Amino acid sequence: MTKKSPKKNAAKGKVSSPGVSEKILLKMYRSAYATRQFELKCMDLYRQGFIRGYLHPYLGEEAIAAGACAAIRPEDFIVSTHRGHGHCISKGADLKLMVSEIMGRATGYCKGRGGSMHISSKEDNNLGANGIVGAGIPIGTGAAMGIKVKKSKQVVLVFFSDGAANQGVFGESLNFAAAFELPVIYMLENNHYAVSTPVECSFGNCDLACKGPAYGMPGVCVDGNDAVEVYLATKSAAERALNGEGPTLIEAKTYRHGGHHINDPGLYMDQEVLAEWKARDPLDILRSKIKGKKKIQEIEAHVESELEEAIEFAKDSPQPSVDEFLDSIPNY
Amino acid sequence: MAEMMYREALNRALFEEMRRDPSVFIMGENIGERGGSYKVTEGLIKEFGPERVIDTPLAEATFTNAAVGAALVGTRPIVEILFVDFTTLPMDALVNQAAKYKFMSGGQGQVPMVLRTQGGAGNGLAAQHSQSLEALFYHIPGLKLVMPSTPYDAYGLLLSAIRDDAPTIFIEHKLLYMTKGEVPEEEYVVPMGEADVKREGEDVTLVTYSYMTLKCLEAAELLEKEGISVEVVDLRTLKPLDEETILESARKTGRVIIVHEACKRGGIGGDIAAMIMENAYDDLDGPVSRVCGLDTPVPYNLELEKVCVPTVEDIAEAVIKIT
Repeated sequence: MTKKSPKKNAAKGKVSSPGVSEKILLKMYRSAYATRQFELKCMDLYRQGFIRGYLHPYLGEEAIAAGACAAIRPEDFIVSTHRGHGHCISKGADLKLMVSEIMGRATGYCKGRGGSMHISSKEDNNLGANGIVGAGIPIGTGAAMGIKVKKSKQVVLVFFSDGAANQGVFGESLNFAAAFELPVIYMLENNHYAVSTPVECSFGNCDLACKGPAYGMPGVCVDGNDAVEVYLATKSAAERALNGEGPTLIEAKTYRHGGHHINDPGLYMDQEVLAEWKARDPLDILRSKIKGKKKIQEIEAHVESELEEAIEFAKDSPQPSVDEFLDSIPNY
Repeated sequence: MAEMMYREALNRALFEEMRRDPSVFIMGENIGERGGSYKVTEGLIKEFGPERVIDTPLAEATFTNAAVGAALVGTRPIVEILFVDFTTLPMDALVNQAAKYKFMSGGQGQVPMVLRTQGGAGNGLAAQHSQSLEALFYHIPGLKLVMPSTPYDAYGLLLSAIRDDAPTIFIEHKLLYMTKGEVPEEEYVVPMGEADVKREGEDVTLVTYSYMTLKCLEAAELLEKEGISVEVVDLRTLKPLDEETILESARKTGRVIIVHEACKRGGIGGDIAAMIMENAYDDLDGPVSRVCGLDTPVPYNLELEKVCVPTVEDIAEAVIKIT
């Protein structure tokens, strides 16, 4: 196993936050903190047997969803991934309906048909997570095509990972979006691993942002652990898209705080590098930029009670009706 | 009534639907100025412009998935895939995305898209441009599947498919494009899920669809001279399947043969045969049989190609054998 650029992407030091209001910082912090707590609680619920199937925590990557979603508007769309809880929360999802869905209850976003890998929320313009790695890239591209056909002023923000960037539809989609100047932002969350395969072992060129210019769009690389950097890059990409100037590729470098999913201890991860990234926790970085420390405490307390309420709600919610399910199967 | 070609009927349906509903648009390879390889999209770009008649890059996986995304934000995309053989490239878009979105989202969203494509042998295009792959889609819950045989049905079913909220695979046959038939001048729809008895008969039922309908009708014509009365049921829509019309005919004649161009193994005929036997066994005078394409890739050479696809004689012989 040859590593072409080991450790190169870790700790970069502090970044300033020009032009970002306290209000936006607090909004991003709410998203990031809610995501962190949501994941920790869901991991507990999983171990207690309330959740089955796959659970892919977004721990360590919270700043990307928090920063990117704060830079777009409610009427803009997102497309998410199998590691999608952070995107969903940051786009405004109701935690009650999220926990319920992940627990497979009738009250969940998808009535228990979807689960963790397939949450979507129509009212938040969240087109959904996806169990097929990379599939959201062309779907988001098409959503942008639909927006262009409808002549509406909206942007699509597509989240995907370094692993997905090796699917054929990644290149096809970037080319498609550039050719038709579509209002889409490609947010490449480079968490450095496709399950257990490191970026250095699966790319001939580990500078993933450079794939943007190759297809005819800007390629921007940001520190994915710094919500402000992500926010600013997304903001300018969204402005570009709304001005009819076409797509942008943003590579946000980050690192998972654990294995691929809840049952993967991630022992293949370079523990030294992991420690460096953990020392640059996205929540700490964001907290350090917020002046109102009391506000932080308020947000945290609010999130905790909201989450507690959501878990109670989900536990009290009924299982989906088998009869209703059977009756709903169409004849095609 | 005006007589028009199958491809003209499809073209007319596209013009009318795009005029009626500004959220309808079409994407595909060389469908703009060139009008598509079989002229189905001819002239559309002049009226609707490149914003709604989109010549895509050669990237089926992406532009089909793009149709899913576009449908999710409130448009009604039509995708043209040049050959059904190429639908293997966007299979994820169809099987994992389009077919499942409404279900997985608990009904929050739907994918009102149509994938138009064409299949079948007969033009010497060999193994990768002559297949009949409908069984791949028939097997996937969540997809509707339409295979019309006449200009009348092609027009009316394309209107239905575009207006339907479910993802629909609409498979034309390359040998049908130039065939002619009567098409009313006023607008009409042919509902999906309704088979059409193209010829009534008493002795044997032929259940078929797409180009094989024409062959079955020819065979029925021949057999009439032999004193055998053949009923031809054209399914038109494979999903939803009109089980009632099939069973009604099976009960009436007591003898059923399913005819399709696709390979016999794993083909739709086997499923329909089982459905008939599960529901009308006591009314049958003998086992349901099948006349299908050979289980082989389609060869290039004309004489070799011919033996791979059921002929009028094959169908007639099969009927004689059971009467």
